[in-house]
Amino acid sequence: MTEDQVKQIVIDIINDIAPDEDTTDLKSEVNLRDQMDLDSMDFLDIVMELRKQHSIEVPEEDYPQLASLDSCAAYLTPKFNA
Amino acid sequence: MPSQALDNQHFEVVIIGAGMAGLAAGIRLALGGKNVIILERHNASGGLNSFYSQAGRKFDVGLHAMTNYVPKGTKGTPLIKLLRQLRIPYDALDLCPQNGSKVSFPGCELGFSNDFAFFESEVARAFPKQIDGFHALAEEVRTLDAFNLGSMPTSAREAVKRHISDPLLEDMIFCPVMYYGSAEEHDMDYGQFAIMFRSLFFEGFARPLDGVRVIIRLLQDKYRSLGGVRKMRCGIQKIHTNGDRASAIELDSGATITADKIISTAGAVETARMCDDQSANAASDNIGQLSFTETITVFDKQPTDFGWDETIIFFNTAERFRYARVEDELVDPTSGVICFPNNYQYGNDRQLDEGFLRVTAMANHDKWCALNEDDYLAQKAYWYEELQKVTLGLLPKPKGGLNLDEHRLATDMFTPRTVRKYTGHLNGAIYGAPNKIKDGRTHLENLYLAGTDQGFLGIVGAMLSGISMANLHVLQGD
Ligand SMILES: Cc1cc2nc3c(=O)[nH]c(=O)nc-3n(C[C@H](O)[C@H](O)[C@H](O)COP(=O)(O)OP(=O)(O)OC[C@H]3O[C@@H](n4cnc5c(N)ncnc54)[C@H](O)[C@@H]3O)c2cc1C
Repeated sequence: MTEDQVKQIVIDIINDIAPDEDTTDLKSEVNLRDQMDLDSMDFLDIVMELRKQHSIEVPEEDYPQLASLDSCAAYLTPKFNA
Repeated sequence: MPSQALDNQHFEVVIIGAGMAGLAAGIRLALGGKNVIILERHNASGGLNSFYSQAGRKFDVGLHAMTNYVPKGTKGTPLIKLLRQLRIPYDALDLCPQNGSKVSFPGCELGFSNDFAFFESEVARAFPKQIDGFHALAEEVRTLDAFNLGSMPTSAREAVKRHISDPLLEDMIFCPVMYYGSAEEHDMDYGQFAIMFRSLFFEGFARPLDGVRVIIRLLQDKYRSLGGVRKMRCGIQKIHTNGDRASAIELDSGATITADKIISTAGAVETARMCDDQSANAASDNIGQLSFTETITVFDKQPTDFGWDETIIFFNTAERFRYARVEDELVDPTSGVICFPNNYQYGNDRQLDEGFLRVTAMANHDKWCALNEDDYLAQKAYWYEELQKVTLGLLPKPKGGLNLDEHRLATDMFTPRTVRKYTGHLNGAIYGAPNKIKDGRTHLENLYLAGTDQGFLGIVGAMLSGISMANLHVLQGD
């Protein structure tokens, strides 16, 4: 799995949990929270969907790693390829 | 499945109660892939906000107004967050905004709508000397952190007095805020006041054409579609404990089940008293004291045909507004809430077939429950008339000389006894315990509270509570 594929997985999950947000022009390096109206409850849902759809576990102390698409990719890609 | 079939089953989470809070918590847990079951003693979902049929006519129990209304796409507001958490599309709620409401006190009326500027203009008109203070109050309420008041007073009365010096305006602001969201008598927590003020005045009122059943069905269907299990007529009799943990749940049927975690929406004191390590009168200092009665009148005309155009009227006819338990009488008819469920903007020529008038006032639980059956019925009839008199005294005379008695199709009335019977809330206290348990924790490490007694009131508040407690105590850090 490439980093770009992992980013797409995260974008798909955001489209699922926050259908009213526009994810078409997200900047990879910018915090997701600064580009969309996401709060901690939404990040909990991203984690929940990663577990449900992809059996990826993200412990609570690692939630900050999901701040931007870049950091998501860096943190999650090794987990997807493990 | 008969509850006997549940005997010896194990669940990751058991939710007590299929009201707004329990259903919302259930959806979250089902979304999170939990093995969850909702157990409800009554035969219908909805709890305090349910519906029933009588002589072929459908009645809502609650739902004057769904608070927190914002138009679709209004980001960062409680309603929009709630829908996102439950993955329910905005349009499914069929929310139709109110026409306009008012606060009616002796010699003074203030209109308000879903546009806050209108309320401001009304305050400026009726209280020109107070308008600067009102703006300052509104600004403070808009920006304060409701959960961390810092150096601000915790008493809402004190906090508001810093801005509003006219006691009439003070009471007129508190009347709707308390009626729609205070479990405390006389005063309330300023943070709670701020949450309610925002939900009523900055946001607003709306209603689905088909009433509360739209909301309940949405929640039920969502929960079911996610594989959630719900059992009706399945009350929890006892929670067995072992040290600091709930070890088993005993049902009314005698069956016993086990769970890793329990979320109870039955109320703080009610839940404590289910636990076998607590006495039958545990926590008696935290039982709610406020209960209500409501009359419902059905007409073969629309309220607007009589010239009654408002959606909600919060009224007080006494010199000072008193929000407290009723001491000497069965009902305190000097203040209350009048609601016309027809007076929402349903659009597309949609309208309720019949006209409805609902009147709510504070009532004394113990006195209502002490009556024998004949007296109970007689008192209901008496207080129905009294509340109609008060209401008609406040409303403009029916237009075109219409005679109300000729157009009344049906009436109904519920009392604190009804609330107690159908929801199990001690004292029939709709808004629950005065001291809210904000973190939802109990004396047992795997038993949590959600709903009314966790801190948020009303339909939206209860749903948000169910969501946040499911997140905090089960899903987060899972
Ligand atoms: C007449 C009336 C009008 C209202 N109008 C409005 C309004 O216009 N707008 C608004 O926002 N709010 C309104 N409310 C308030 C709103 O209905 C409540 O705040 C909200 O529904 C509370 O939900 P809840 O889930 O916390 O509690 P509940 O609805 O009380 O849910 C708890 C559930 O637990 C069940 N239960 C209790 N004990 C047990 C047990 N031992 N075993 C199994 N099950 C058990 C009960 O039967 C109940 O179904 C109104 C309430 C009433 C009564």
